[in-house]
Amino acid sequence: MKISSISEFKKMSDFYRKSLQKQYKKVIVCGGTGCVAGGSLKVYERLKNLIEERGILAEVDLEKEQEGIGVKKSGCHGFCEKGPLVRIEPNKYLYIKVKPEDCEEIVNETLINNRPVERLMYRFNGDIYETQESIPFYEKQTRIVLEHCGHIDAESIQEYIANDGYTALIKVLEEMTPEEVCKEIVDSNLRGRGGGGYPTGKKWSQVLSYPSEVKYVVCNGDEGDPGAFMDRSIMEGDPHSLIEGMTIAAYATRATEGYIYVRAEYPLAVKRLTTAIEQAREMGLLGKNILGTGLSFDIHINKGAGAFVCGEGSALMASIQGERGMPRVKVKRTVEEGLWQKPTVMNNVETYANVRHIITKGADWFRSFGTESSSGTKAFALSGNVNNTGLIEVPMGATLREIIFDIGGGIKGGKKFKAVQIGGPSGGCLMEDHLDMPLDFDSLKDVGAMIGSGGMVVLDEDTCMVSVARFFMNFTQNESCGKCIPCREGTKRMLQILDKIIEGKGKMKDLDLLEELADTITNTALCGLGKSAANPVISSMRYFRDEYIQHIVDKRCPTKNCSKLRTIEIDPEICKGCSKCSRSCPVGAIDGKVKEVFRIDQSKCIKCGACMEACPFAAIREA
Amino acid sequence: MDKVDKVIELYGKEQSSIITILQELQNEFRYLPVEVLERVSEKMDISPAKLFGIATFYENFSLNPKGKYLIKICDGTACHVKKSIPVLEAIREELSLTGEKQTTDDLLFTVETVSCLGSCGLAPVMTINDAVYGELTPERAVEIIRQLKEGQGNEDK
Repeated sequence: MKISSISEFKKMSDFYRKSLQKQYKKVIVCGGTGCVAGGSLKVYERLKNLIEERGILAEVDLEKEQEGIGVKKSGCHGFCEKGPLVRIEPNKYLYIKVKPEDCEEIVNETLINNRPVERLMYRFNGDIYETQESIPFYEKQTRIVLEHCGHIDAESIQEYIANDGYTALIKVLEEMTPEEVCKEIVDSNLRGRGGGGYPTGKKWSQVLSYPSEVKYVVCNGDEGDPGAFMDRSIMEGDPHSLIEGMTIAAYATRATEGYIYVRAEYPLAVKRLTTAIEQAREMGLLGKNILGTGLSFDIHINKGAGAFVCGEGSALMASIQGERGMPRVKVKRTVEEGLWQKPTVMNNVETYANVRHIITKGADWFRSFGTESSSGTKAFALSGNVNNTGLIEVPMGATLREIIFDIGGGIKGGKKFKAVQIGGPSGGCLMEDHLDMPLDFDSLKDVGAMIGSGGMVVLDEDTCMVSVARFFMNFTQNESCGKCIPCREGTKRMLQILDKIIEGKGKMKDLDLLEELADTITNTALCGLGKSAANPVISSMRYFRDEYIQHIVDKRCPTKNCSKLRTIEIDPEICKGCSKCSRSCPVGAIDGKVKEVFRIDQSKCIKCGACMEACPFAAIREA
Repeated sequence: MDKVDKVIELYGKEQSSIITILQELQNEFRYLPVEVLERVSEKMDISPAKLFGIATFYENFSLNPKGKYLIKICDGTACHVKKSIPVLEAIREELSLTGEKQTTDDLLFTVETVSCLGSCGLAPVMTINDAVYGELTPERAVEIIRQLKEGQGNEDK
């Protein structure tokens, strides 16, 4: 139904709010990519059926004031490690690893008799955590951008509106001029969450200042950094917050058209955004003459086609225009000549999702979170060798120790912390010395890393830092668009050198060469991706130089990751001469007489480890 | 070629639609045959060279036929440190594929690696035609492939 005025919208949102309260219980099943892979959709169907079998309404329509138990699919709850997750309101219970077989008990105990099902609750050190908010993983977080993720139905505009959705847009339309909106964002000190940290308000003010009939608002949802999934979770879990943020940006800069560029690897995000845009259009919140105020703005979705470089602003715009996604030399900046040479606002998903909170609660409120130079919160994707993997949000200035040990629950398997890789292929490694450093845009830059889009991969003591550096160089080399020589050739040479080191053929002067190449690429590459391509190598060389030297001089990988540097030996004390190893060896490198000690011919051995698995006496091990 | 014309009609002849059009056609044919590209070039008035440039730039487009089951194994940072490479090697071995030969001769399976599927919480991860499989081990991955093979056998009967 199309809403044609602000007063009508307010009536509508009051109605939805009242209507939502009629749901005396809510069952929120996680419908994020992670939990769906774990089978959450089956759990959702099962719960719905069981409730309906008892004659209770489970699919409650907010358009009608219906009483019932609202069963809904939300976006990512964040605690992906423990999925599929089911949250029950108003009890605030969080059930973890829920299977379809558990649903009967949930319905009977919790929904009908209002009792917790303790066996499905999170346990740690013998304690049972009844409510979601009491679990350390959630308790230590500050959720602003992710407020709705895991709490509301991700596919319902009505529910978004009932939870104060689009009130920021109404406030802007009723009470503020575009200049005032820009000023509020400037005052809030919101900085771009995509990595660079450029002040958002400054960007908007510049676009507003250029007179042009046509201007664009672009959302960069090409979250290509390996290890990052914050933006995906927002697009999947709270798509309307992105649409609202972009619409406010359009009002503030007098733009009329918007584009969201999403990775093709995120099919669910594309689906949810498409639905959300259609819903907003139907209600008159997008399109011509929004809510009868004269503001016209519409949003299109562009699906990426698998090119990492399209996460770079000018490459992304080329891709929207239907060209090869290659960065251009920025004689004029995007704010002046962006998409189709028109003034363009470009921000990333999380940045836009912050906007509605700043407008409704004010710049001062926003600045009360975070540090002096970086206000607000930041979402991080926590993954790797950590106990609680998932999506988290903390105030800027939080320390790595808080994130990894308090929220993340420490290192998996009781291993020792070694490093954290932050910021993906443009970022760097942080080590133990940095655990207590407050994280923000500037502090990270000072130690040679960057926030990037917020991927945080935790590495334990068994990780080889040279291999990690090689991994990122291989990634960047693959994804280099090939336009400028420093990046195209430089990354290839750096990769070759790293390969040599990993194979035990490195020389000490290779380290100097790596540094020289890194310096050249950083200073001469065309785009941001090229300029930062050497970061992972440089930062690991800075903090883990000893490991490089061990690979080069001792021909040894201290973590035993690099297969070409392994030496496998048979312990003559333990070997019983059963010949199993010799029979399992694929290259015939093991020889000996039965009932005597067997020997490995190191020149033939391919270090595959098959003999180690075959030996019944554990006599074969790495030297 | 009717299909090509229909897709172009649906999305329009502006150059900005080209990537969407190629994506649709790739979905339809599972790759971009030369005849299809020629038709697009003619209909949309884009030179064949330029169109070829676009089609080869983006990783998702393929000029060679792909398998019915497109398996994308994630080798992003999180998956990598959680041992995605042994999973990849096990699947390649099961299907007798290599880094160069990515599609089985019966056009049933294509195995590719991707940089990140954004499901790092479930690492290591793969997708088969957009369905996500998480927390893989080499054994489980091979099991899934075998089930698909068997299912295929049943379908044929």
